[in-house]
Amino acid sequence: MTIDPTGDRPRPTGTATGAGAPRDLAPLGDPRIDPTGGLPRPTGTRAPRDRAPLIEVRGLTKRFGAFHALDDVSLDVPGGGLIALLGPSGSGKTTLLRILAGLERPDRGRALLDGVDLAAQSARQRNVGLVFQHYALFRHLDVYENIAFALRVRKRPHAEVDARVRELLGLIQLESLEHRLPSQLSGGQRQRVALARALAARPRVLLLDEPFGALDAQVRAELRGWLRRLHDEIHLTTVFVTHDQDEAFEVADKVVVMNRGKIEQVGAPAEVFDRPANDFVMRFLGHVNVLEATLEDGRARIGDATVALGALGAAVGAHGGDTRGRVYVRPHEIDIARAPAAGAFAARVVRVTPLSGGLKVELSVPSLGSRMRADIDWERGTALALSDGDDVFLSLRRARVFAPDGHGPPS
Amino acid sequence: MIGTPAIAATHEPVWLRRLIIAIAVGFVGLFVLVPLAAVFAEALRNGLAAYGHAIVDPAALSAVKLTFLAAAIAVPLNVVFGVAAAWAIARFRFPGRALLISLIDLPLAVSPVIAGMVFVLLFGKQGLIGPWLTAHGVQVIFALPGIVLATTFVTFPFVARELIPLMEAQGAEEEEAAIVLGASGWQTFVRVTLPKIKWGLLYGVVLCTARAMGEFGAVSVVSGHIRGRTNTLPLHVEILYNEYEYQAAFAVASILVVLALASLIARRVIARRVEAT
Repeated sequence: MTIDPTGDRPRPTGTATGAGAPRDLAPLGDPRIDPTGGLPRPTGTRAPRDRAPLIEVRGLTKRFGAFHALDDVSLDVPGGGLIALLGPSGSGKTTLLRILAGLERPDRGRALLDGVDLAAQSARQRNVGLVFQHYALFRHLDVYENIAFALRVRKRPHAEVDARVRELLGLIQLESLEHRLPSQLSGGQRQRVALARALAARPRVLLLDEPFGALDAQVRAELRGWLRRLHDEIHLTTVFVTHDQDEAFEVADKVVVMNRGKIEQVGAPAEVFDRPANDFVMRFLGHVNVLEATLEDGRARIGDATVALGALGAAVGAHGGDTRGRVYVRPHEIDIARAPAAGAFAARVVRVTPLSGGLKVELSVPSLGSRMRADIDWERGTALALSDGDDVFLSLRRARVFAPDGHGPPS
Repeated sequence: MIGTPAIAATHEPVWLRRLIIAIAVGFVGLFVLVPLAAVFAEALRNGLAAYGHAIVDPAALSAVKLTFLAAAIAVPLNVVFGVAAAWAIARFRFPGRALLISLIDLPLAVSPVIAGMVFVLLFGKQGLIGPWLTAHGVQVIFALPGIVLATTFVTFPFVARELIPLMEAQGAEEEEAAIVLGASGWQTFVRVTLPKIKWGLLYGVVLCTARAMGEFGAVSVVSGHIRGRTNTLPLHVEILYNEYEYQAAFAVASILVVLALASLIARRVIARRVEAT
């Protein structure tokens, strides 16, 4: 939960802040609102391309000095999709987004939008919508003029500008605040103005850079849901950058996990979570216990226990013949019992914390010399009646082993 | 001192507080208010009629005109230069950037008299380009071009120095947003950058104008002191003073004082707007 400490906090905006309350965001089904606005879409005549991806990224490489921001990245984004670029800071996700927006030029490689190289187009021809992390609203222009900007610089007739701005003000539910300056809006309101501004010229693609990063948790959760519903209504191809996996999973159809300028895995949220391609993805997406083990004959010796990897869903032999290895286990894939069992290893309860829907149990494992975390449901927790210092036995329901070259098990 | 709360620092004894305030007020009074009052007292010593007479004297009016003309040319030049330099320094990283920042401050570091002499060396009769210019009928030294050059030189840091920190603090995100939204470079400058910096720019213009009108040293060297033709207000004051026309000298000087006070008020008003942006 990054709450930006640098100043994009919602300011006290007096009595009219009611529109900032999340519940005002709701009704997208309003038939008056047609966010795509019935424009002649530039894609109208390209039925044969419908199967082709709208955005094609081919071998993009970008360095800043010695730093590899992007290293030979290729990616397809289908038209109408909602894609999350997910990764830690420095993974290259924002650089990729900025190249798509035309704000950076790649050192090598190409990015095609609808089959045409982005680098060959002016910003106006490119016509992508970009929402900045800190909104970058024009501070001297009010809400109305911020939204109108893209149409004003295109010298569109006044009536058309007015109609479009009114439509978007309705979409973001800020009609009553059209004459406010950005400094007089809360963070959530600014975010929506930035979104409306990006949509004004009916972009072919919407790009969002950490769109909710600077907002507090509740506003953020509401806006996520709103963005997803908005996308379901207007089907505008959307790429957004985030470092928050919950956000990526909740909003996106497809998640692109990035690390150190490379794409680690692309897939639906459930897919990347359930079948991570490598140890980076496994570690990045949620908590994981990493157990040092000795691997041989499809078995892993973990501390004082021996477990059969095949039975746990881990690919046998994935470890490439090396006998020292790591076994990855998610906290919810561990069972806790009072009595010893085959393949179970001894542990001691360090701390029990209630969690939504269950208990988080921190344990120390003497035979491994390390700590583990297990998440169990309420019923199991009640039956076990665990307290700090109890001796228990852990057995694994599922485990994963990754090949040492960082590429995952053959599935 | 351990355990003494920080507020103790503001709880000086009453006598000490009063002494410090008295020193500050006394100093300002002695060195600023008294001379200021003396200017007007001396200017009005022989009555309003004499005051008016000194000001409408043709030589004085010509000095006023020349002063405003020089400022009217030098200030716009420095606005263009200042915006360009601030833009380059705040937005780009290029070889020689640090040198450019230092060079912008040069006119503040060099004595104005030396600046004037440099222009004489360049454009004077024995100068580097002077003879060539004279042959083509252009006179720089002892004429308006020289005065404008000297004024531009001594005032060129003001706009740039005001804008560089402002533009660096504001960042370039809004400009990036404008470009992605389809604005051309010129549209981005006029619709986004200029409104963002306008109060800082105005502040720089006021500083620049005040200095341009008050400049003595550099202009003195290049002007030649031709009464009624190449005298600016500060030079005219000096001439009158040297001719023992004290009352007239102070009367003309009072025009400069009024201009200075006006710019002081303008700065106060604008500074508040700069802080608000």
